[in-house]
Amino acid sequence: MSDKLLVIGEVRENDIRNVSFEAIAAAKQIDADAEIVGVLLSGSDLTDAGEELITYGADRVVTVTHDNLKSYTSEGYGQAILEIIDELSPKGIVMGHTSIGKDLTPKIASRLSAGLISDVVDIEKDGADTVYIRPIYSGKAFEKKIFEDDFTFVTIRPNNIPALAKDESRSGEVTGKDIDIKDLRTIVKDVVRKSADGIDLSEANVIVAGGRGVKSADGFKPLYELAEVLGGAVGASRGACDADYCDYALQIGQTGKVVTPDLYIAVGISGAIQHLAGMSNSKVIVAINKDAESNIFNIADYGIVGDLFEVIPLLIEEIKKVKA
Amino acid sequence: MNIYVLLKKTFDTEEKITVQDGRIEDDGAEFIINPYDEYAVEEAIVQRDKHGGEVTVVTIGDEDSEKQLRTALAMGADKAVLINTEEDLEDGDQFTTAKILEAFFEDREVDLILAGNVAIDEASGQVGPRLAELLGISCVTTITSLSVDGDAVAIEKDVEGDVEIIETSLPVLVTCQQGLNDPRYPSLPGIMKAKKKPLEELEIDDLDLDEDDVEAKTKTIDIFLPPEKEAGKVLEGEIEDQVKELVSLLKNDKKVL
Repeated sequence: MSDKLLVIGEVRENDIRNVSFEAIAAAKQIDADAEIVGVLLSGSDLTDAGEELITYGADRVVTVTHDNLKSYTSEGYGQAILEIIDELSPKGIVMGHTSIGKDLTPKIASRLSAGLISDVVDIEKDGADTVYIRPIYSGKAFEKKIFEDDFTFVTIRPNNIPALAKDESRSGEVTGKDIDIKDLRTIVKDVVRKSADGIDLSEANVIVAGGRGVKSADGFKPLYELAEVLGGAVGASRGACDADYCDYALQIGQTGKVVTPDLYIAVGISGAIQHLAGMSNSKVIVAINKDAESNIFNIADYGIVGDLFEVIPLLIEEIKKVKA
Repeated sequence: MNIYVLLKKTFDTEEKITVQDGRIEDDGAEFIINPYDEYAVEEAIVQRDKHGGEVTVVTIGDEDSEKQLRTALAMGADKAVLINTEEDLEDGDQFTTAKILEAFFEDREVDLILAGNVAIDEASGQVGPRLAELLGISCVTTITSLSVDGDAVAIEKDVEGDVEIIETSLPVLVTCQQGLNDPRYPSLPGIMKAKKKPLEELEIDDLDLDEDDVEAKTKTIDIFLPPEKEAGKVLEGEIEDQVKELVSLLKNDKKVL
């Protein structure tokens, strides 16, 4: 029997998050011969989601449906995952470095007395060792880590390890497992949705971010338009959040979110070192700023020196043209 | 309430990072309280002022960590504990840190433990949730609001921009997210008082731990800097033409449109 690697998938509003497919690809990189067992938890039926995980490379999928899994809690999910680990004795676990991944995996690692390498952006083989690369100091440096014992446990940063191509011809078993989730000490009473367009910053391929130069909450409107045309999300610098132009949930930087989209458009952002820490690993960076001396131009691939309220509408029109 | 804060010192956010022989060079670097831990210190003080009790700030570090502890005391914490591992431990990881803290908390009455959501250096975010699990208490990460009423605890938690309204009970460990509060600056009288507040120093022997008990599960084998970004291209000409050129570059050269 081959070794097993568990991939804990995440379902959000009936869709599997892309990072869960990326986690399957990561598991394959860790051990190409391992049996990849997808795990999905929810309050409602997961058969379709399970089958989708298989088309992205999982060999089989275990699902658990229970009322106490309707909302994520580390307690509820922890009980289910620990029972599955107990039954399958996997040699490792891979999950996305998402809000849930960050909350759940340290708890499980602690229970298993295992190491956990979080926020991995790349995986390398060095002889018999599997080496995990992760950003430290907000991406100002990277470290290479290995496990000291046989158990592998990693979370991967979204948008860095490409998912495998979808293969509809793959088949595998999707098994529902009955687990009795005990009463929870921690209960989610309600969720207030604030992310209007539903595109999460950490997973967005395109981010349009505004800084103090945007001047007001109203000034963000053209940025939202540009993001919409690009199918991206809106972010902000700390300056813009401190000035109340937008919610702290949008903040990108050393405090705030660290993002690595394909395209990052910095608008009216001066480029303080704390902001750069949150976005400097983006694949392509565009800066639009009135001040030609702004630090942001030092790390941008392309810069336009000009008034954002003049540039952005032109940019929206031009992108519409090439996208049409 | 018995309130504890887990605190870590980190590089000042302005510091440039240099690497020497696969390690971060920290000679002469300025250190600060990890910014997320400042939210934890502030919240601990606010909760104590509301409900009574005592705030103890705990750090694992070396003798230089006293500076950050004194800052927390100057903000208003009552006591500080430095677990000095400089002589006993070479390379710990998050497992190590959580095990040391577990031993520290073993005989203590705890109602509320606050920590930063993440430290801005290694950014693992593991120690809080790991410790809660070892202590068998509830854990809520990335909180943006906290209110305690008797044993009942109401929390708002940031979940990738959305807000979850959570109910739990004491004892609980929470990790603090930006937006929770506005950390105060130490006042001058606060700084004077802090000098006389108790600061206890412990080593892992004092916690009945051996090096073997806390041996790291993971190991860093190298640290490197990302390749320097080449200076970009600032476009020129009429704004309309710059925009056209930009879109063409993004579409044809970089293929991101």
